[in-house]
Amino acid sequence: MALGTADQPTTVDFGPAAALSCRECGTRYDLGPSFACIECFGPLEIAYEFGPVSREQIAAGPTNIWRYRSLLPVPADVLSTPNMAPGWTRLVRADRLARELGLRSLHVKDDSGNPTHSFKDRVVAIAVQAARNFGFHTLSCSSTGNLAGAVTAAAARAGLDACVFIPADLEEAKIVMASVYGGRLVGIQGTYDEVNRFCSELIGDPMGDKWGFVNVNLRPYYAEGSKTLAYEIAEQLGWRLPDQIVIPVASGSQLTKIDKGFGELIKLGLVEDKPYKIFGAQAAGCSPVSTAYRADRDVIQPVKPDTIAKSLAIGNPADGPYVLDIARRTGGAVEDVTDAEIVDAIRLLASTEGIFAETAGGVTVGVLRKLVAEGRLAPDAETVVLNTGDGLKTLDAVSAQARPSAIIRPSLDAFRDAVSG
Amino acid sequence: MSVSVRIPTILRTYTGGAADVTAEGATLRDVLQKLDADYPGIGARILDESGKLRRFVNVYVGDEDVRFAEGLETPTPNGAQVSVIPAVAGGQ
Repeated sequence: MALGTADQPTTVDFGPAAALSCRECGTRYDLGPSFACIECFGPLEIAYEFGPVSREQIAAGPTNIWRYRSLLPVPADVLSTPNMAPGWTRLVRADRLARELGLRSLHVKDDSGNPTHSFKDRVVAIAVQAARNFGFHTLSCSSTGNLAGAVTAAAARAGLDACVFIPADLEEAKIVMASVYGGRLVGIQGTYDEVNRFCSELIGDPMGDKWGFVNVNLRPYYAEGSKTLAYEIAEQLGWRLPDQIVIPVASGSQLTKIDKGFGELIKLGLVEDKPYKIFGAQAAGCSPVSTAYRADRDVIQPVKPDTIAKSLAIGNPADGPYVLDIARRTGGAVEDVTDAEIVDAIRLLASTEGIFAETAGGVTVGVLRKLVAEGRLAPDAETVVLNTGDGLKTLDAVSAQARPSAIIRPSLDAFRDAVSG
Repeated sequence: MSVSVRIPTILRTYTGGAADVTAEGATLRDVLQKLDADYPGIGARILDESGKLRRFVNVYVGDEDVRFAEGLETPTPNGAQVSVIPAVAGGQ
C-alpha cells in the first residue's frame, strides 16, 4: 500500500486528480489529507487533468460508480480493491407523480438503492480510496446518521477500523445500521454542528492520528463522489442534461458537486452544452440557505435546527455560499418546506411511484411541488428530483399517519362492514 | 483577563506547533489582537481585509458559535476557552 502524507504526495495514485485547489482564492496544494486553505480557510477541492474520455469507454465499465473512474480521484486499480461498489441506481420515470404535480416530464433519481440505502455510499467509496492512499488505519466521520452507516459498512469491507460520531438523539434505524457493521459508534450529546466541531478538534489531536475523517480531512476526495449522481443522471437520460433538477441541501456539498459534474460532462464533450437550472431544497426547520437566498444575501447566518429531516439538519452549512451562487447563476432557487409538507410529500411519492423516501426525499419532492404550484419551475421542461435515502430509516416521520385502515376479525362480514363504513 | 485559545492545525505554524495558547482581552476582538501581537500574521488568517471573520472560519467562545452571540464583540470572560475551527465539514 502506498503511504503518503501532505509532505510525500508523489507516492500516491489519484488517477486524473492533479492537485488540491482552494475554491475561495485558488491557491494550489499537493494532493494530501488537507481540507482547508492555509491562506484563507476556504475549502479545498480536487483539480483534474483529464485524459480522453468517451461514452463508449464509460458504458463498457461496471454498473456502479467506477464506470466513471477516469473522472474521479481514485487509483487505477480501484476495481480490484474490496469496496461497496455503489451507484448506478435507478432513474425512475415518474409519470404519475408528474401528472399529479402538473409536470410534463419528471424522473426520480432514487439513491435509496445504494448498498446502505443512501447516496452516502458514493462519497464514502472515494474516501476509502483516499484513506488507503494516505495509509490511514481508521475511518471516521461526523454524521447525521446515513453517513455513519455508510462509513462503518465500507470500513468493514475494506478491512479498516471504524469510529464514527453521531448526535445521540438520532433515529433508531440509523443507530442500528451504523452499529451492526462493527467498529465504534459514539453518540455525542449535542447537535450535528457540535459533533462536527468535535471531529474538527479531534483531527488536530494525537488521538486522531492516522484517522481518515471522510467528511473532514478527506473531504476534498469524499465530496467528489457526488459528481457521480450528475454523470448517472445524464447517462441514464441518454447522455443529456436535464433542464431542471431539485437537490437537497444540508451542507450544500452534494448540490455543488452535481453542478461540477454537469460542467465536466459539457467540457469533455460527453453531453451537449445547454443551460440547466439547479434548485436547492431545505426543511423550514433548518433553512439557513433558503433564508439567505430569499433575503438576497450571500452570507449564511447559522441556525439551530429543529426538523424531522435530520439528515439535512446542518445549521451551519459549509458550502451554503456556493449553493447560493449556483442557484443564482443557473436561474434556479433555494426553497424550503415545513415538516407537515415533508410528510405529505413522502406519502405522495410513495403512493404515486412506489418509492418510499426518507425525510430528505420528502423535502425535495415537497419543494418541487411548491415550486411548480408557485409557477417558479417550468412545467414543460425535463425535470429530475433526487431521493437520497430510504424511508425505512425514518419511519417515525410517517408512522403516526401510516396505520392500518382497519383492524377486523377474520370474517367477510367484518370486512364488508369495514369497507362500507 | 486571560483566556485559552485553541489553534487549528493549519495555523500552528504561527504558534510554533502549539495547539493551545493563552491570550488576553475583554472581547473576542481584543483577544485576536493580542494573539496577533504575540504571533504576528495569525490575525490576518482569521480576519479578512475589512477586519471581519473570514467566511470559512468558525470561532467559539466556550460552546457558543460567536455568530450566534455578538461576533467579534462577544465577551471573553476570564478563563474562557476560545476555539478557532475551519468551517469545512459535514453533510449532504
